[in-house]
Amino acid sequence: MYNFDFEKPESVADAIAALQGEEAQALGGGQTLIPTLKQRLASPSTLVSLKGIAEMQGVCMGDDGSVCIGGATNHATVAAEAGAYPALADTAAHIGDPAVRNRGTIGGSLANNDPSACYPAAALGSGATIVTNARQIAADDYFQGMFTTALDEGEIITEVRFPVPEKANYQKFVQPASRFALVGVYVAKYADGVRVAITGASNDGVFRWAEAEAALSANFSASALDGLSLSGDDMISDLHGTGEYRAHLCAVMTKRAVAAA
Amino acid sequence: MSKKMHIKLNVNGKDEEFLAEPRELLIYTLRERLNITGPHIGCETSHCGACTVTIDGKSVKSCTMFAAQADGAEITTIEGIGNPDDLHPLQTAFKEHHGLQCGYCTPGMITRATKLLEENPTPTEEEIRFGMAGNICRCTGYQNIIKSIQAAAAEMNAAKEAAE
Repeated sequence: MYNFDFEKPESVADAIAALQGEEAQALGGGQTLIPTLKQRLASPSTLVSLKGIAEMQGVCMGDDGSVCIGGATNHATVAAEAGAYPALADTAAHIGDPAVRNRGTIGGSLANNDPSACYPAAALGSGATIVTNARQIAADDYFQGMFTTALDEGEIITEVRFPVPEKANYQKFVQPASRFALVGVYVAKYADGVRVAITGASNDGVFRWAEAEAALSANFSASALDGLSLSGDDMISDLHGTGEYRAHLCAVMTKRAVAAA
Repeated sequence: MSKKMHIKLNVNGKDEEFLAEPRELLIYTLRERLNITGPHIGCETSHCGACTVTIDGKSVKSCTMFAAQADGAEITTIEGIGNPDDLHPLQTAFKEHHGLQCGYCTPGMITRATKLLEENPTPTEEEIRFGMAGNICRCTGYQNIIKSIQAAAAEMNAAKEAAE
């Protein structure tokens, strides 16, 4: 890989300052960025590691009852410490494999917005708030297509706030080689309605399935989804599955998530 | 020209200090700089787990971490787990239960399994498969690896009980 300078700031303010440099890039756990650098698909002049920033670590409860996760918190920590939101902890516990969960971070995953990643579905499905060094962004405004987010250059995710639902579940149909979601569906039932977020399927990245949300808000049972389907026309088609196959999985995994919630 | 990093590690109980380019991956630090060649390079894409080491008590794939990220850390590799004269119970079990054929994945397998058994001293087959999911073996079909880990768990639990 190409060489770069490496900065290890200990505060958000120092990280933001370091990211002002031309072609500086934030580094979380590196579970996506390091492979990308190896392939020379990125060539930052400076990597700014966010792992050493104490204020971006850990899980806590917000005053409004939401579960707040520091942007540099790894998946294993969320799995172990986000018990107040069991479906979220369970989602984190099934990302990648144990070694990946010890390094990869929630902020890194959401900033990358891989179209097959788990956390984008959890954040969108929970109506989470993405907190950055500069502002708060609602999940509905944050995800803007495959690998595209509302983040500006040099802006970093310092915290993610998840309102805790009455019931929730994430069902992932695993692509066994990469352990990413071939299709993953996150269903969460709140007092004011049900949210359904789907990852791994659309060419536009994670999305909400409005029809299923309406049906489940009226009747939270798998049978409420009978007859509902998505079109595979604009879905990811690759050697692991056609768009049509993914569209079928979306409906199947949504039902499973409702049944398991 | 990038700035070299001053890095301190403790590997298998021994302090190491050196200057390295930021892009130096930890697996190369271990293998080429420190001549600790137990951790292997399999895929170098963080899939296969042959490079698994323990960093500050956690399993990590050393091909997907920079040495600069490990600065100040305590690292254990297979060399720090056992040796031919004093095998770890997992090493004995892998040998007795045919948990390896070519052996390429074995250092990573055993290093990961030590942490698995710390986290869960009595794992079921399903828990072993889940806990070892990041370590790939292309020889054994995994059956004997599971048997080996179960046998080591039984051995370690018996030894612990005997000691109490």
